[in-house]
Amino acid sequence: MKSRSAIFLLVVLTALTSAVVGAGNWQPLKNDGLHDPSNPAIEVLQEPGEALSVLVPDGAGNKVDWVQSLQQGLIEPRPSLDGGREPEILDSDVIMKNTYPMLYVRFPHKPHTQWMACEMCHDRIFLPQEDANPINMGKILEGEYCGLCHGAVSFPLTECNRCHNTDPATLVGESAATGEGAQ
Amino acid sequence: MKGWTSRLLTLLVIASLVPAVVAWAEYADVTINTRSEAEGVAPVIYPHWFHRIRFQCSVCHVDLGFKTGAGTTGITMEKLIDGQYCGACHDGNIAWSIDNCDLCHSGRPGLETGIKGGHETMGPGLY
Repeated sequence: MKSRSAIFLLVVLTALTSAVVGAGNWQPLKNDGLHDPSNPAIEVLQEPGEALSVLVPDGAGNKVDWVQSLQQGLIEPRPSLDGGREPEILDSDVIMKNTYPMLYVRFPHKPHTQWMACEMCHDRIFLPQEDANPINMGKILEGEYCGLCHGAVSFPLTECNRCHNTDPATLVGESAATGEGAQ
Repeated sequence: MKGWTSRLLTLLVIASLVPAVVAWAEYADVTINTRSEAEGVAPVIYPHWFHRIRFQCSVCHVDLGFKTGAGTTGITMEKLIDGQYCGACHDGNIAWSIDNCDLCHSGRPGLETGIKGGHETMGPGLY
């Protein structure tokens, strides 16, 4: 009996996992557990599947790669309401080294500045100077620093390797290896 | 043994149907019910996915003053009518005007304010 229950649980969990991991399973609004199916707006509002199925697929979050979708020109989110703000693209990475036993973190300014103005982070969340930001995973998991967006709106914190992606050995000779942006 | 196999098959069939009936909101959907139901209207659902297709983050979170915490901005209908927050776009010009109550106030009764959604959204501070 015990083993049957265990198998049942395993099968259910597998089905659930495949449902969550599989792409293209955007819930219709009336089934999303939030919208009131009796509200007439259900017939008017855009369905997530309609908007998201044409973007670059991804395995987590909204199941789309927002950065790739923007960089490929599939979406062109406006930087301001009145055209008064031009994106200030900064193509510079910050290497964070206090990450043992994980790989170093490479923070890429480019995709972030393609999505938002400098003021979004500086100086409200991050001071723009080396060793000035006492970031750690505990704080991120509590919604501070990177965790203000990642885990809420941007790709979730289950995607460890997207940030922890830089082998210290590959940094030899790169300016970042001298400590730029450490911590 | 035969009974075992058919039971397992039944379970597999049931399990394969599970995804069809499990409901989850879209990643980063925000529900706001700080005042709505107390004031007699349905809770608000704000879909991040819809808005970020059209606008960059800083339009709302820098220029329009939306804080990054569900329910912390202190939005009221009076402010929206004055053109603040949602009212900066939802004016019948950039986006549909705020007299389309149902389009925002579209949540089920009893929704709590917060950031919702499947695919590993837990929301800041909720891990």
